[in-house]
Amino acid sequence: MSQLHYALFTGCTAKQSTPELLSSTLAVADKLGIKITILEEASCCGASHLQDFDEFLAHVLNARNICYAEKLGLTMITICNTCQLNSAMTKHALDTNPELKARVNEKLAEVGLEYKGTSQVKHFLYCLIDEYGLDNIKDRVKTPLSNFNIAPFYGCHNIRPSELHNSSNGGENPYTPTSLDKLIDALDGHPVDYESKNKCCGFHVELQANHTSEVLTGNALLDAVDNNADMVVTPCPLCHLKMDTYQDDVSKVMGRDVEIPVLHMPQMVALALGCTEKEIGLDYHVQTASQIFAEANL
Amino acid sequence: MSDRRKVKIKAFRFNAETDYLPYTKEYEMEVGKDELVLDLMNRIKWEHDGSFSYRRSCRHGICGACGIKVNGKPVLACKQNAIELLDLFNNDITLEPQSKKRAVKDMIIDKSDFWEKHEAVKPYVVADIDPEPKHETKQSITQFNALLDSDLCIQCGACHYACPALEVNPDYLGPAALNAAFRFSIDTRDNASIDRLELTSKAGVGVWDCVKCFECAEACPKEINPIEKITKLHNMQFEQKVAKRNIATKHAEGFVRSIKKHGFLDEADIVVYSEGYLGMYKHMKTAMKMIKAGKIHWDDALPWVDNVPKSKNLDEIQKLIDISMTNKLL
Repeated sequence: MSQLHYALFTGCTAKQSTPELLSSTLAVADKLGIKITILEEASCCGASHLQDFDEFLAHVLNARNICYAEKLGLTMITICNTCQLNSAMTKHALDTNPELKARVNEKLAEVGLEYKGTSQVKHFLYCLIDEYGLDNIKDRVKTPLSNFNIAPFYGCHNIRPSELHNSSNGGENPYTPTSLDKLIDALDGHPVDYESKNKCCGFHVELQANHTSEVLTGNALLDAVDNNADMVVTPCPLCHLKMDTYQDDVSKVMGRDVEIPVLHMPQMVALALGCTEKEIGLDYHVQTASQIFAEANL
Repeated sequence: MSDRRKVKIKAFRFNAETDYLPYTKEYEMEVGKDELVLDLMNRIKWEHDGSFSYRRSCRHGICGACGIKVNGKPVLACKQNAIELLDLFNNDITLEPQSKKRAVKDMIIDKSDFWEKHEAVKPYVVADIDPEPKHETKQSITQFNALLDSDLCIQCGACHYACPALEVNPDYLGPAALNAAFRFSIDTRDNASIDRLELTSKAGVGVWDCVKCFECAEACPKEINPIEKITKLHNMQFEQKVAKRNIATKHAEGFVRSIKKHGFLDEADIVVYSEGYLGMYKHMKTAMKMIKAGKIHWDDALPWVDNVPKSKNLDEIQKLIDISMTNKLL
């Protein structure tokens, strides 16, 4: 297999509140021999909120990000579902609407850039599965995760709308997603089957509709707990932030104690590939997770 | 007959007048490759149990009566191929009403909440009509195209009963009513768009309670993508100066402020900017836990400390914001 090389759009959280996401992603890429070039020029994707204020501006900024991957001639990879959604939505809008593409390019020309539509936009999860291959990952597992029942939490923005994502997510069906389950399986972990795996975590209304947000997270976390999960794993740092950081508040709203570690997808892979404790960064979690490193290496 | 598949179909059964709790019944049948979920329901009623109840009418994907769920997936029974569903769910399917808690009899639900929400947004053109017009009220192709596909809604309820925000907050208008609000607010013949934008900008009721899960986009059998229209309504509220300064609107426009300064979002600043310093007391406990874990730093929220990483070529981003922004900050 020729060496895989991707342009990484880190997104904002991996550079700020979830440094463990960036370090574990880079550690996994390093272990698997995947070359990563970080798009240092990239800006925020708008996180579905800038889009509410000014959809056109969000398209311009996302198109600019993709331009830098196009300049390198590489696929742009994301490590956040919401970055994936908003980048893919802009790509789809520009690739299918020549009038909008011309309007956006008119703005980009002012800073010497042009959006062409030549780079794919893909979440790292699907690069690992569809391009690197589960069998190849399986061959490199140093620390099998056989001690753990792992609840996959897919996160909305990688699976819906399927029409947008199906060209880049291996045709995952949003009602019966399988990619994370298969990845857990390849790492020798036990995937937990539970109804909430493809549901919403409520992150996006954390500020303005707090009760809704807490209930949605609570439903998902308790469903995982009730199905004997030892941890939840998600490819989205926004799901991670909501589900890891707010467990105390969620417990109050749900009337039941919720205590379960929530890992980023690359942290789980890094753990199985034998990356260092520092690279995996389990100590950056609000809900204590650092014991998992020792338990995995028992 | 070889391409017929013998399966057991499960169905949710409940009669609100006689049953204390719902139950599930199994029906064995052979399913052909061209059969629809509606055919399975007809088969249950005609060949197994005449009391099995569901709504149906046009059989052509137009009346919106036969919306149900299968294993949680919203479907229009007269449009959804049965074999495709059996393949998707490994031959194990359960027919369910769109909302179990609103079930009246089997697949039939009390849809009054759906119609109340619809009515609230005035789903019709509000205009002074000349009873004896000299000619038709014409619209240009551009004016018509602005409706996008919102006019195709058949009020089947698939998106409404797929919406998790509505499930938690019954006051939320939900995707179908918001799609209708967009449909008539963007119509150039209509005079009530400001009323609709005001209603749909209300906290707890309108667009700001959308959780952005895209369940509605996935659910719609007419492929309307209601959340696209919800985003348009958000933008229209700023364009028409209906948006008031509140935590939700400041959170949306706060992204411009952050991106202009850093390229990235300033995660601490967006919370302070949206909530205001007085509102920050709500977040102190969480902030302390995040500081302890090293997720944020004690000085992140101080306005004179700038810890945020900067995008390379930030000047490009700043220039693009200046020349591309179509809405004004509140």
